[in-house]
Amino acid sequence: MPAIKRNPKAPRQMPPEVAPEVRVQGAVEVAGGFTDDQARVESLRCLDCKDPKCVEACPLHIDIKSFILNLAQGDVEGAFNKISERSPFPGICGRVCQHELFCENACLLGKKLDPVAIGSLERFCSDHHRQFNGKAPVVKANPTGPKIAMVGSGPASLMASFVLAQRNYRVTVFEALHRLGGVLIYGVPPFRLPREILNTEIARLESMGVKFETDVIVGNSVSLEELFNEEGFEAVFLGTGAGLPFMLNVPGENLIGVYTANEYLTRINLMHANEFPSEDTPVNIGKCTVVIGGGNSAMDAARWSKRLGADTTILFRRGRAELRARAEEIEHAEQEGIKFEFLGAPVALYGDENGWLNEMECIRMKLGEPDSSGRPSPVPIEGSNYRIPVDTVIAAVGQAPNPTLQRTTPQLITNRGKIVVDVNRQTNMNNVFAGGDVVRGGSTVILAMSDGLAAADAIDKALKSQKEEAVGAQA
Amino acid sequence: MNKIVRKQQLTPETALFEVEAPRIAKRWKPGQFIIVRPNDSSERIPLTLVDGNKERGTITIVVQRIGKTSSVVVATPAEGAFHDVVGPLGEPAHITKVGRVTLLAGGVGVAEVLPVAKAFKEAGNYTVVLAGARTDSLRILREELIAVADEVIWATDDGSFGFSGNVVQLLLETVKSTGIKPDLSHVIGPIPMMRAAAKATMELGIKTYASVNPVMIDGTGMCGGCRVTVGGKVRFACVEGPEFDAHEVDFDELSRRTKAYRKQEVQAYESHKCTLGLQPA
Ligand SMILES: Cc1cc2nc3c(=O)[nH]c(=O)nc-3n(C[C@H](O)[C@H](O)[C@H](O)COP(=O)(O)OP(=O)(O)OC[C@H]3O[C@@H](n4cnc5c(N)ncnc54)[C@H](O)[C@@H]3O)c2cc1C
Ligand SMILES: Cc1cc2nc3c(=O)[nH]c(=O)nc-3n(C[C@H](O)[C@H](O)[C@H](O)COP(=O)(O)OP(=O)(O)OC[C@H]3O[C@@H](n4cnc5c(N)ncnc54)[C@H](O)[C@@H]3O)c2cc1C
Ligand code: SF4
Ligand code: SF4
Ligand code: FES
Repeated sequence: MPAIKRNPKAPRQMPPEVAPEVRVQGAVEVAGGFTDDQARVESLRCLDCKDPKCVEACPLHIDIKSFILNLAQGDVEGAFNKISERSPFPGICGRVCQHELFCENACLLGKKLDPVAIGSLERFCSDHHRQFNGKAPVVKANPTGPKIAMVGSGPASLMASFVLAQRNYRVTVFEALHRLGGVLIYGVPPFRLPREILNTEIARLESMGVKFETDVIVGNSVSLEELFNEEGFEAVFLGTGAGLPFMLNVPGENLIGVYTANEYLTRINLMHANEFPSEDTPVNIGKCTVVIGGGNSAMDAARWSKRLGADTTILFRRGRAELRARAEEIEHAEQEGIKFEFLGAPVALYGDENGWLNEMECIRMKLGEPDSSGRPSPVPIEGSNYRIPVDTVIAAVGQAPNPTLQRTTPQLITNRGKIVVDVNRQTNMNNVFAGGDVVRGGSTVILAMSDGLAAADAIDKALKSQKEEAVGAQA
Repeated sequence: MNKIVRKQQLTPETALFEVEAPRIAKRWKPGQFIIVRPNDSSERIPLTLVDGNKERGTITIVVQRIGKTSSVVVATPAEGAFHDVVGPLGEPAHITKVGRVTLLAGGVGVAEVLPVAKAFKEAGNYTVVLAGARTDSLRILREELIAVADEVIWATDDGSFGFSGNVVQLLLETVKSTGIKPDLSHVIGPIPMMRAAAKATMELGIKTYASVNPVMIDGTGMCGGCRVTVGGKVRFACVEGPEFDAHEVDFDELSRRTKAYRKQEVQAYESHKCTLGLQPA
């Protein structure tokens, strides 16, 4: 083993980025990966802590300390294998996980200097592995056990599938849309998460024996009862997400040119409207777009709008410090020439005689007392209304749980649409578990994945104890 | 992939398909619809379930060619398949026993009304279908209609068969001549026709449901593209509809919103026709 010469004082390595004026021309991935040298320098910054806070803070408890040690020793494949013990999705997480809130927030080095760039190192391992051996299973599986159904193919279900397949359950994922990945396919743009990465990491599950059925809406196409009684599933995990978009609730919101971020992003990310007419689905791109909101959806919609040629402004009712998107996304949006207008909100939208949006009325806000989210509440300033010309408004003002399953399964207990679960992620229905955004409301990829992990554990335990009881009863 | 098991060309523009879709066949109810992507670069388009056969595991749809995607569907050969079929979507039609139900259907709506008419009849109602077509040769599903309704009266725009005029005029005419007012009415077809039907039935004081047809994408309540204003409230037609109280639907807004992509639709259709070697219109 070569001697390791740690150097925590080296500057935190910055991954290369495509220049803003180049990347706004298309869908090219914005952030590049570390070079071999950068990965080595960055890995040598790690202090190899006795009590690694990073591992505890990662919701999946990836053995960060060990994989970085592998990297420092030049063993990239070993690092990848270490990550794979906990997660088959390092390419996804290395790109979209809000690591500044989790592992990097806890990193000891960050107390004095910049934290270790854990997310970028995770991505480095996955990119390295993918070049050689992408779709192969990262963990062996022999699916011969009881059948488990996943509803939805977002991060929560994908992670639950991995854990259960690893324990030899026969897993089938049912997805309402025609593509897999949940928000990762219809919401997150390819310039943040190239589809090749998403597809390769999902294919890893396939090679572990996980089955995928697209175009199936559980509740509509098949009921939960039928899954249990006719199709032989012994447990079900509901990972149906929070896709139902909130509307603006201002006059004029049904004018042509007013989109929800979900519709706008779905048309482009899922249906490839950016390639119209070679792809059939259109989207209207105007000259002047205002995106309303301050989260990931707002950033993604604004960045697509800019790429498709519109002058784009993000209108947010609070200040910059209250933006909820990943820090990196906000910076990237600023670099790309997206304007930010803080402390403003829409009050009405106006259109022409054919119903096309052409003007918007806004009101200025000031920050008041903290609200339930802990952030200063926006307070409208009386008489500060102003009007601006605009032809596209994209509402990215939050979302509620997807409605289909709840509508068709009235016996499921919910609270304002969110499925209610106990500490084991079990719903009020026997052997029906749930996690991710459908339980939390909007959250993050990594928390959805950690719910999937916890639910998979609970499913495993529940089925094993039910089996023991059944055996006990026979004896 | 969903295999086509039967194709029947009803008119030059309209075709019926029986398609393998066992899950949908088992669970569908009259008034519900599916979303189809005929091939891998297609739009997702909504189409009403006209029939479903549990034993055969098949569903039936009737499609009229009006733009690119519907043309691709209509042109799909009998031995072909659709890339994606998902459903059943939306709420089923409101079927109750009220007495006399009159169903107004125009164009491809004549196919869409079949299962609804049948369900009303099976619920014990006396059902009258007022069916409209542009001209005699475009009248579709004549036998099928007779089989599911107590009375079928045709109207053609050019007067080449039956009543001369549209189905709304026919409704007014029948009510006037017989003095009998239906207890409930149901309307499905092009927006101008539904708007006129809503106005007429409102004046006659007949409770009426309309099955609306906004542009849709996912069909699962995830995008809000299908929103319509009903009784002053925004509703998502793909999960809360497609059937609403006709007297409360804002048809003017619906009509404007369906024109949101007119420019792109023309572009797509014209280039599609060129690749088919057809004369651009
Ligand atoms: C535009 C956007 C960008 C984001 N960016 C980030 C980011 O950079 N980093 C981050 O951490 N988080 C981000 N988030 C949040 C993150 O994507 C979500 O928290 C996460 O995807 C939730 O995962 P999930 O598995 O619970 O559900 P989802 O990802 O929402 O997936 C649910 C899936 O279930 C399907 N479904 C629903 N009902 C049914 C049914 N009845 N039958 C079958 N299938 C069904 C849906 O079609 C969907 O595919 C973003 C969110 C959005 C909207
Ligand atoms: C609930 C519902 C049930 C329907 N049932 C039937 C049916 O049984 N048979 C049938 O022939 N047609 C039906 N339609 C209409 C059918 O979906 C449209 O004809 C089709 O989408 C047109 O697509 P296109 O590409 O051929 O035409 P385009 O040239 O794209 O559009 C022509 C017109 O079709 C409408 N349209 C376009 N895209 C969509 C879309 N994604 N969703 C809805 N409407 C759209 C618009 O009003 C547009 O002006 C139904 C529509 C709805 C909403
Ligand atoms: S999954 Fe997220 S929190 Fe965990 S190590 Fe990776 S970037 Fe950090
Ligand atoms: S907390 Fe930071 S320095 Fe310590 S082991 Fe984890 S990554 Fe290395
Ligand atoms: S079609 Fe997207 S919400 Fe109805």
